[in-house]
Amino acid sequence: MKQTIIRCGLAAVVGLSLSLGATAARADEFTKQDVERWNAQFMQVVQKGRELWTSPALGKNGVVCAQCHPNAANSHPETYPKFQKQIGKVITLPEMINWCIRNPLEGQPLAVDSPEMTALVAYATYERRGVKLEPGKH
Amino acid sequence: MSNNYSRRSFLKTAGSVAAVGALPVTMVELAFAKSSENFTFAYISDAHIQHMSGTRFVNNWDRGLIRAVAEANLMTPKPDFVMFGGDLAQLGSKPELDHGAGMLAKLTAPLHAVMGEHDYYLDLGEYWSKLFGPQYYSFDHKGVHFVVLNSILTTDEWTFKRWPTAEQRMLEMAGLDNPNGSPFMVGEKQREWLAKDLAKVSKDTPVVVFSHSPLQKIYKGWNFWTDDAEQVQALLAPFDKVNVVYGHVHQIQYNQIGNISFNSVMATAWPWPYPQSYAQAETHLPKLTIPMNRADPFFERDATGWQMIDVNTGRVALAYNLYNNKSRTVAFDPKLGHPVDKGLQTVALEPNRTHY
Repeated sequence: MKQTIIRCGLAAVVGLSLSLGATAARADEFTKQDVERWNAQFMQVVQKGRELWTSPALGKNGVVCAQCHPNAANSHPETYPKFQKQIGKVITLPEMINWCIRNPLEGQPLAVDSPEMTALVAYATYERRGVKLEPGKH
Repeated sequence: MSNNYSRRSFLKTAGSVAAVGALPVTMVELAFAKSSENFTFAYISDAHIQHMSGTRFVNNWDRGLIRAVAEANLMTPKPDFVMFGGDLAQLGSKPELDHGAGMLAKLTAPLHAVMGEHDYYLDLGEYWSKLFGPQYYSFDHKGVHFVVLNSILTTDEWTFKRWPTAEQRMLEMAGLDNPNGSPFMVGEKQREWLAKDLAKVSKDTPVVVFSHSPLQKIYKGWNFWTDDAEQVQALLAPFDKVNVVYGHVHQIQYNQIGNISFNSVMATAWPWPYPQSYAQAETHLPKLTIPMNRADPFFERDATGWQMIDVNTGRVALAYNLYNNKSRTVAFDPKLGHPVDKGLQTVALEPNRTHY
C-alpha cells in the first residue's frame, strides 16, 4: 500500500514537470503573447461597450447613454460603490447603469453579470483610466 | 411698482423670489437709451425634441421645453421677443421640428431662432427654414444691433461627399463625442455677409451676436468649438460693446476676449459634463467660468432651464432659471471688464465643487 502511494506520487511529479516544460509557464511571469491576447480581449469588450453606450437598442425610447455622458464623462466609475440617495443604499456601478436604463432610457434592466453589462462597465471605466480610486465619494 | 429698479435691487429681488419658487423679474434701465426703451428678452435653447415612433416623443425632453415656454409666457414685464438657440430637434426630422414648433407656437412674444446642428444635417436646414426663416440675419431693437449666425456649418467634403445617406450624415453629427464628426464653422460666405452688415453699424452701438456653437475654442472633441472663431472675433473686435450668446454646450460658461463678452445658455433637455470631467481630454474652459455644481443628478430636470436676458449698459446680464438647481445670474461687471457670476464670486476659489 505504502509503495503504491509513492509510485503514484512519483508519476504525478513527472507528469507535472512535463506539462510545465511544454508551456514554459511560471506563476511569476506572463509572456508577451499572453498580455497581447488579454489586452485584445479587453479592448474588444471596451469596443462592445462603446457600441452599447451609443446604441438606441439598449433602452426603449431611442435615448442613448452618450447623449448625457459623452465619452462616459460624469459617470465617475472611480467613486463606486457609493451611497445613492434616491436608491437609498450603497450600490455598485452596474446598479447605477441599470437605474439609467430604466429611467432616462425607459428600458429593461440588464443582469449585472451579463456580457452587455460587463461591456458597459469596461467602456465607462476605460474612459476614466488614470483617475485615482475614490470609493464612496460625493 | 417703480420702473427704476437698480441692478442691485433686481438681484436681491431675483434671489428672494426664486427662493419661494416664483419667477424673478427684471426691470433695468438701459443706460444708453431712453428709459421708455427698457426691454428684456427670453432665451430658450437645446430642446432636442426626439421622435420615437408614430405620435410618440421622448417625454423627458418634451417636458423641459413645455416648461420653458410656459414660464417665459408668465414673465412680467413681458419679454420683447424670445430667442430659440438651436437644436430644437434631435435628428432633424419633420416630426421633431413640427412637434417642437408646435410648442414654441404657444409663446406669446415674437420668436427668433438660431440653427443647431441637430436641426441641420438631415436636409441641410431646408425644413427648418420653412418653419423659422433665414439661417443668418440681423435686426435692430431699441438701440441694440442683433445678429444671428449659422455657426454649425462644416467643410463641403464632410457635408456633401463623405456619407452615403442624409440619415447617416445626421447621425454622425448628432453624436457629440463621435470622432467621425467635423468641426463647426461660420464659413467665408457668412463672414463676408457679417462684415457688410456690421459696416452699417456705428462702433458705439451695442452688438449682440447669437450663434449655436461657441464663437471661441474650448474643446474640439465635443465641438465646444468654432473653427473660424478668430476670424469672426476679428470682425466684432472694433465695436465697443460686443456680446456673443451661444447654446450647444448645455452648461453655464462665460468668458471675455478683448471687447467681446461670451455667455452660454442652458439646454431645456439635459445637461452636459464640463470637458475637464473627461479624463482623456485637453480642455480650454475659460478660467473665468465657475462650473455648475452637479451634486445630485437624479433630478429629472437637473441643470436644465432657460434664461432671461437684459442688455443694460449695452452688455448682457443672464438670469438663469434653473428648474432643479439654484438660480444664477451672470452679468458683465463694468469695473472688472468681464462677466461675473453675481452669486458665486466668493466661492470661486473653493476647490471642492462637486463635478466629475
